[in-house]
Amino acid sequence: MKRNGTRVGAWVAMIVGALYFLLPLAATFEFSLKMRRDSYSFDAYRVVLGDPAFRATFGYSAMMALLTIVVGILLVVPTAYWIQLKLPRLRGLVEFITLLPLVIPAIVIVFGYLKLFNSSSWLPLTAHERSTDFLLMASYVTLSLPYLYRSVDTGLRAVDVRGLTEAAQSLGAGWGSILLGVILPNVKAAVLSGAFLTFAVVIGEFTMASLLNRPAFGPYLQLIGANRAYEPSALAIIAFLVTWASMGLLQVVARNIHGTRAETSA
Amino acid sequence: MAIMESVSEGAQVKPVRPGNRLWVWLGIAPFMLFALLFLLLPTATLMFGAFQDAQGHFTFGNVSRLFSDSILDAYWISIKISAVSSLCGALIGLVLALAAIQGQLPGWVRPTLMTFSGVASNFAGVPLAFAFLATLGRVGLVTALLRDVFDFDLYGTGFSILSFAGLAMTYLYFQIPLMVLIIAPAVDGMKKEWREACESLGGSSWYFWWHVALPILFPSILGAALLLFANAFGAVATAYALTGSTLDIVPIMLYAQIRGDVLHDQNLGYALALGMIVITGLSNAGYIWLRARAERGVA
Repeated sequence: MKRNGTRVGAWVAMIVGALYFLLPLAATFEFSLKMRRDSYSFDAYRVVLGDPAFRATFGYSAMMALLTIVVGILLVVPTAYWIQLKLPRLRGLVEFITLLPLVIPAIVIVFGYLKLFNSSSWLPLTAHERSTDFLLMASYVTLSLPYLYRSVDTGLRAVDVRGLTEAAQSLGAGWGSILLGVILPNVKAAVLSGAFLTFAVVIGEFTMASLLNRPAFGPYLQLIGANRAYEPSALAIIAFLVTWASMGLLQVVARNIHGTRAETSA
Repeated sequence: MAIMESVSEGAQVKPVRPGNRLWVWLGIAPFMLFALLFLLLPTATLMFGAFQDAQGHFTFGNVSRLFSDSILDAYWISIKISAVSSLCGALIGLVLALAAIQGQLPGWVRPTLMTFSGVASNFAGVPLAFAFLATLGRVGLVTALLRDVFDFDLYGTGFSILSFAGLAMTYLYFQIPLMVLIIAPAVDGMKKEWREACESLGGSSWYFWWHVALPILFPSILGAALLLFANAFGAVATAYALTGSTLDIVPIMLYAQIRGDVLHDQNLGYALALGMIVITGLSNAGYIWLRARAERGVA
């Protein structure tokens, strides 16, 4: 009897929760179809997808996300590997640094960039478009550090880093080929799941891009939101689908990690 | 001890050469340089700036000017909105996690909730603001449904999606899923045997939740709530896209200051940023402390 009560309560909680989470999506979708006065249509989507600024900003942000992922991996994988192999006593310090972006709000970090790298400073990164792009990419790598480092570090702990390194060294491999040919394939799943999360975060990021004044997707979304009626809803649905795709791929990859773990332990 | 062993083990494989120690340290130099340039120095320079006047002299003036009415109000609204959205988010997220994990629901419920939480906790920012405008805005679907079907004028009650309540409700859309993701491992750690032991000793359901489950979960819940608090406190995009500059919360105030120098005082902006770091830093320190306690409790 008691167990039945628990189950009814659990169902009620899940249904109320599902309503809260699905209603805004349904409402946004319905609103995005109302561009024509008399009937539902996909006009808003046609307008949005046909907008050159949409393609330019989305392309820019997708490019930024890819660069962020590549640089993030190049920075995080060797560091996590080296900490595990040679400098385990620095693990706490490095972990602490990678968690700092959760403590320091993004807007504070970018404010610091504007003060430190302004055009009259010792390193005037904000003076040129290309170097500002670089700064934006660096800010995204910073934002992704907490997820990426944790995910790679967890992945590395599951493999015998020392044994693999010694085996590769005894076969005459250098550091480059150890990292690329031995370590990276072993943490592929962890790296990929970190990468998808990074993509989901970077693609619509607003604060950094807006304050560094770069033509990214986030500021474009905000601009459309301030000036149009139906297009923002269509854009919200598109953004949700992109997030969903990234996180869906992450789940597939994460399941594979669990799969391989189960195999090795069995 | 373990560290010593692994170091000596490593030394056996690679004999110590002159300069080897320095070389070991060089391995993390790229990361340290990156962290210094793009995380530590930018933050440090703001903190120093908060204690300097326009000519670069040391002063407490900026920090003391934070205690003016308009800035204190902004901090207070920010703290309230973060507190409300983190407490409600923690409570509702906990209930959902408990329902999915301990509620004897069909097997598909839990993975569905976890996947959706992964998506929704990242569905923040500008698109989220659009979604809530389409839902609870003046011409939103729910607003229209309430009016047409239930004859209830939502905006007649003084509610507005652009207000405190509207923003808190919008924040919950990423706060609740984040709570589900953070608290799920702790809920998972609750053993079936505890409940069975409690029942076999004659404890009621209520007794179990109040005297067994809640005390065990409490540090995890409170810690997660503090993390949610910091998460909401630093959020800019959602609030800016939703309310523009009509609601004076600290991140929006700082955003406006950086864009157009509304305070007409750069150093006051640095002090504003310092205040934000102090508040998110305190709540994160609380989270780390409570998580350490929770881990010890389970072990």
